Amino acid sequence: MATVFVPALMRKLTDDKATLEVPGVTVREVINNLETEYPGIKDRLVDKFKIKSSISVAVDGEISPMGILAKVGEQSEVHFLPAIGGGR
Amino acid sequence: MTTTYEPNVVLSTKKYDVVGTRPIRHDGADKVTGKARYGADYSARTQLYGKILRSPHAHAIIKSIDTSKAEALEGVRAVVTHKDFPAALEGDDAVQAMREGVMASERVRFKGHPVAGVAALNVHIAEEAIGLIEVEYEVLASVMTTQDAMKDGAPILYDDLRTDELGETAEGNTNVAQHIQFSVGDIDKGFAEADVIVEREFNTATVHQGYIEPHNCTVDWNKDGRVYIWNSTQAPFDVRDQTAQILGLDVVNAKLTPLEIGGGFGGKWEPYGEPVAALLSKNTDHPVKIVHTRTEEFDSTGPTPGSNMRVKIGATKEGKFTAAQAYIAFEAGYSAGSVIEAGAQCVFACYDIENGLVDGYDVVVNKPKSAAYRAPGSTHVAMATESVVDEISKELGIDPVELRLLNVAKEGTRRVDGPRYPRIGCVEVLEALRDHPHYKTPLEGPNQGRGIAVGFWFNAGMQSSCSIAVNADGSVTLVEGSPDIGGSRVGLAMQAAETLGIAAEEVRPAVVDTDSIGYTAGTGGSRVTFATGWAVYEASQDVKRQMVTRAATIWDIDADSIEMEKGVIQSNTNSELKMTFRELAAQLNDTGGPIMGRGTVDPSGEGGAFCANIMDVEVDPDTGKVDVIRVTAVQDAGKAIHPSYVEGQIQGGTVQGIGWALNEEYFMSDNGTMTNSTFLDYRMPTSLDAPMVDTVIVEVANPGHPYGVRGVGEVCLVPPPAAIANAIHNATGVRMGDLPMNPGAVMNAIWNK
Repeated sequence: MATVFVPALMRKLTDDKATLEVPGVTVREVINNLETEYPGIKDRLVDKFKIKSSISVAVDGEISPMGILAKVGEQSEVHFLPAIGGGR
Repeated sequence: MTTTYEPNVVLSTKKYDVVGTRPIRHDGADKVTGKARYGADYSARTQLYGKILRSPHAHAIIKSIDTSKAEALEGVRAVVTHKDFPAALEGDDAVQAMREGVMASERVRFKGHPVAGVAALNVHIAEEAIGLIEVEYEVLASVMTTQDAMKDGAPILYDDLRTDELGETAEGNTNVAQHIQFSVGDIDKGFAEADVIVEREFNTATVHQGYIEPHNCTVDWNKDGRVYIWNSTQAPFDVRDQTAQILGLDVVNAKLTPLEIGGGFGGKWEPYGEPVAALLSKNTDHPVKIVHTRTEEFDSTGPTPGSNMRVKIGATKEGKFTAAQAYIAFEAGYSAGSVIEAGAQCVFACYDIENGLVDGYDVVVNKPKSAAYRAPGSTHVAMATESVVDEISKELGIDPVELRLLNVAKEGTRRVDGPRYPRIGCVEVLEALRDHPHYKTPLEGPNQGRGIAVGFWFNAGMQSSCSIAVNADGSVTLVEGSPDIGGSRVGLAMQAAETLGIAAEEVRPAVVDTDSIGYTAGTGGSRVTFATGWAVYEASQDVKRQMVTRAATIWDIDADSIEMEKGVIQSNTNSELKMTFRELAAQLNDTGGPIMGRGTVDPSGEGGAFCANIMDVEVDPDTGKVDVIRVTAVQDAGKAIHPSYVEGQIQGGTVQGIGWALNEEYFMSDNGTMTNSTFLDYRMPTSLDAPMVDTVIVEVANPGHPYGVRGVGEVCLVPPPAAIANAIHNATGVRMGDLPMNPGAVMNAIWNK
């Protein structure tokens, strides 16, 4: 199962757990499974069918341009980070 | 052992035929002979000239606008205000915010906020006309710094602003638009394990990107409803799209032709005058040209945020960091979005921190909306972290490079914001700095000092498109959509040449308009040589595949039995079947027609980049003036496609960092007016202020790119202020916590020592 690193500001939703083992082969599945266990987290991350524009998804250390469609492996690490608006 | 000094060094790990060489850039002749057309050079037939009336107040309610006298002035053809803009669709807050930025409706939130636009027969009439527009304001209290904006009872910029905490909205009206936090390990336990703890506060002034060419545009609203834009921009597609959104147009009805760009550094990524010029054009049936003055640039285009920061690091007596904590508040300007995310993610990015806590705050103030500036946010936080690390090295008596290497981030290190690093080159950069003759050379004077610092930037991927057409003479035309700011045409042409096995001079690169190439994100994030380079590589591979297929058709053999290497197409099974790229190109039209390759990408794997500086300074003990007398900048480029332009980027970024460190600042009056809004008073470095910047290019190949490229355009600006602050300490014994470290600030610090 993938390891999800819960952002510090969302740990209220996960009983203060910083990492969680979550099944799923895409970020979307991981989030849906997170939501089942910890209701409310999906609303914080997803806007309809996309990751919120204020959030980036990193899978295995790389920010994924695919967002919730990104593939997740058995040993993957998934991070939800504030999206960087600049970088120019 | 005698070490030979070389001014610029490339520590190369892999050799290619074209990549890594130094051909003359394709746009070089035009640039040096003055033939290159920049935005202000462009003129459309029957064009009018536009000027924008700007608010004289930092914060005020607009009670009324009377344009009648301006409209009556002879030579004026149109006047527009917010009422001429289409209303944003309900709920489309982003468009509404953009529109509010280009033209205020009910409230101005910074001095320079546009209030009205005029089109006239010439710029002098337009200037006179904006002076005739009567605006009644109700002036409000303003706020200029994060510290003041976060106080209880501070003037509030937006009645509905609440703090966002990664999707959760906090209670209460505030100027804090966003709070972010990263936490790893146990911060209390980490500090408890420390033998030495250093905590300091830092403030950095608002500074401007300072590109020499101001914003400009010429816009023609055609009779058929289509809007044509010619301008100087880093991001043609973004500015086209945003302009269309503000004007309520479909994107298909907007076309942007990017002209040559005289610098951007992150500041030319969004529309300023374009929507205003478009409406003026619509109302007059003439193209309208707007060119900012320097004062307009300072007053109304994005500077980089001012900041207030506290950094605390604990270490064992052996030098191992046990904990690190940061508080970072950035000025967003009048509208949320200060790249606090980047600052918070970069603050400890050079180090392996087991126990870390970072809090970042995005704070609205009555200044122009901040914009990116080379590695946005990272220079600020490096000033803080690298000063504290230097202080720890002094307290512990450990060489500052060795202390950094003891704690350095490397492949597999988990950053404080969470992800682990892929292959990065921070170790190699610090080792190259340590081993450089400069680091071992004694200083020569009593008031001289040496400082070092290291910095990080993520770099970016994002979308790029490219097409390559094969010409009959074996040359190729490369079409792409990334405005060339730092020599990217030649860098992209070289990647095509390397892939196709031809010479760089046989590739003709062209940066084209938004109708002529697929979406390409802007030139920024140090992304073009990486991401558009990926698109070029893919397009080149597409050409290769088609060339092989065509050879198979000509030779009547299976394409799988044909290889194309170093510009030669040959059969694996019959050595007589062999053609050069040029020979096959000559046959294309008779064997099936032209060949074009295409590449469209949205790559990740951009890899991070590190840069370190050795700065020598001399401080005048009587005046506090600091002269930088020697600089060595060491940077990991992954692979320097064209080393000359990598060196140019490093040198340019370093000199900008010297200006940021020593002189540059928005000097604000009590009523929110920038009082030094010309280049005479806003002191950017000239050639007389900076020594030659010696460069060392380290090449730790990025596994995320076919030629190992990492972006190079931004991280070079990260370490200079901290390295200079550390050098000033070495020279004088005083720790400078605030930027700029101008003569007055240095003298005060010396007097208060």
